[in-house]
Amino acid sequence: MAMPLETPISFTNVGRIRWWQRGIFASQTGYVLLALAVLLVVMHFASPYFFTEGNIQNVAKNFSFIAIATLGVTFVIITGGIDLSVGSMMCFSAMITSMVMTELSAPGSPAGSLFVHMAADGKTVLANVPGLILLVSLLAGLGVALLAGLVNGFCIAVLGLSPFVTTLGMLSIVRGLGYVVSNGRGSFPGGPDADYFYALTSGDVLGVPVPFIYLMVLALTMAVVLHHSAFGRHVFALGGNEKAAELTGIPVVRVKIEVYVICALAAGLQGIIISGWLGSAPANMATSYELNVIAAAVIGGANLAGGIGGPLGAIVGCVLLEVIRNGLVLAQVSSYWQQTLVGVIIILAVLVDRIRSRMT
Amino acid sequence: MTNTEATPVLELTGIGKEFGAIRALHDVDLQVLPGEVVGLMGDNGAGKSTLVKIIAGNFRPSHGEIRFAGSAVHFSRPVDARGVGIEVVYQDLALADNLTAAANVFLGRELKRRFGPLALLDHKAMAARALELFGELRSETRPDDLVKQMSGGQRQAVAIARTRLSNARLVMMDEPTAAISVRQVEQVLGLIHRLKEQGVAVMLISHRMPDVFAVCDRVIVMRRGEKRADKPIHQTSPEEVTALITGAKEAA
Repeated sequence: MAMPLETPISFTNVGRIRWWQRGIFASQTGYVLLALAVLLVVMHFASPYFFTEGNIQNVAKNFSFIAIATLGVTFVIITGGIDLSVGSMMCFSAMITSMVMTELSAPGSPAGSLFVHMAADGKTVLANVPGLILLVSLLAGLGVALLAGLVNGFCIAVLGLSPFVTTLGMLSIVRGLGYVVSNGRGSFPGGPDADYFYALTSGDVLGVPVPFIYLMVLALTMAVVLHHSAFGRHVFALGGNEKAAELTGIPVVRVKIEVYVICALAAGLQGIIISGWLGSAPANMATSYELNVIAAAVIGGANLAGGIGGPLGAIVGCVLLEVIRNGLVLAQVSSYWQQTLVGVIIILAVLVDRIRSRMT
Repeated sequence: MTNTEATPVLELTGIGKEFGAIRALHDVDLQVLPGEVVGLMGDNGAGKSTLVKIIAGNFRPSHGEIRFAGSAVHFSRPVDARGVGIEVVYQDLALADNLTAAANVFLGRELKRRFGPLALLDHKAMAARALELFGELRSETRPDDLVKQMSGGQRQAVAIARTRLSNARLVMMDEPTAAISVRQVEQVLGLIHRLKEQGVAVMLISHRMPDVFAVCDRVIVMRRGEKRADKPIHQTSPEEVTALITGAKEAA
């Protein structure tokens, strides 16, 4: 059916877009990455402590604490949605994980007798199968995140509620549930598997903090999914033109539900990791973190109107926020300035991108 | 070009559609032959869009029968119509601006390569096929350029290339020349000729008389939900068609 071409088409009227006007070079992520590089150089000269091993480890750990959730929320933002419930989700998942862990580790309780027994000395609690309690409690923590994500996705994709309102409601619901289940006190990881839990959440491998390793693995996975899978293509299409996505037969409802589930799971995982570092899951944990997460995503170049964003941008946004925070501390500037500066950077980053797109 | 012996690619008999008490379409019969370009004209509210939506599977007709390539078909969703070979180029083109031309052409039917359990996008194959399609359409469009950066004519080419991908046998174009420049209108009419050359039937829904007279073999005029005229283009004139659209002339 292909018609033989009499003449191959030429591109006499259509110029090639130059490499520096395409891809990352023409994106907000590119500009912010450049700004970050400049900032790192400035920091190096401003403070001799900045590039010390301890400080870099510290920075890597700190930005990993919001970056995994930022990856998740970036998925949602690319589809043109928003998820405000990530902060509450972090807290609730962490809380459920440590509560289940503590509950299953109590030798007297009906559930506990399946997992633990008393050692011969009558004091030490031993696990029947080492690591099983940890696995079950992690699954429980991620399970509640999955449920919340499904509810978000269902309300938004099937019932057609606005993402802002739905997830604002979910923010409150999940935070409230956190207070209800813990009676406002929060919870602590405990029992025989607690050591594994700490090793998996706040340990390090060859000097690299484990949250940073998780982040890298997840970011690479996300890059492959977004740019090399049909699902990723559909996520971008949904943000670019939802009606077109529908007309071309993309399963819009399914893709939407999936991104909210991914986002909730990322937030849940993030919360569990933070609780490992804190050593507890207080009921007010991660309050208003959704703002940091969304700010990081937006600074990194995710467009709230949809259609643009990626893992590199999410990480660059988080690193920039953390380097500024760290830098202000090292420069002995009052930490109260931090929030103000973050706000300025959000607006500047978006402004620079607007000016650039006006010029081309 | 028209061949009276060929099986019509699309044949409607007695199509009617009511929305509650409103009769949007009444007893419409029409045929479209392979490789034929049919202009569908009519004022706003004449029933053009309803008719197109019925053919495209957005609505089910209240009465009548649709036959496609000789066999009766029932569409409950647009995907069903696409399944048999009916493609619609929507007025707003249904393109995602933030994706490349190739990505838009293959939207919803991406080519994939298997890597063990993973199915990843086959970017090379999609770009190559898209370039081939743009070549057939004589459009200077690069598969890896973003649609955002394209002219109206190029966008039309992307939307039309999408219909070529599935080997559609009937392409319906809803006002393809409504919002673009004169030079781009030329390009789009050229694209319609390309489709015709390849034996694809085209239904052109348009308000623009010169475009219809430039490319169509036949013109169908709708008024108040009924078909008022169905004439080979050389047996009619823009004046007659205008009279039929406005109702100055009842039927022809």
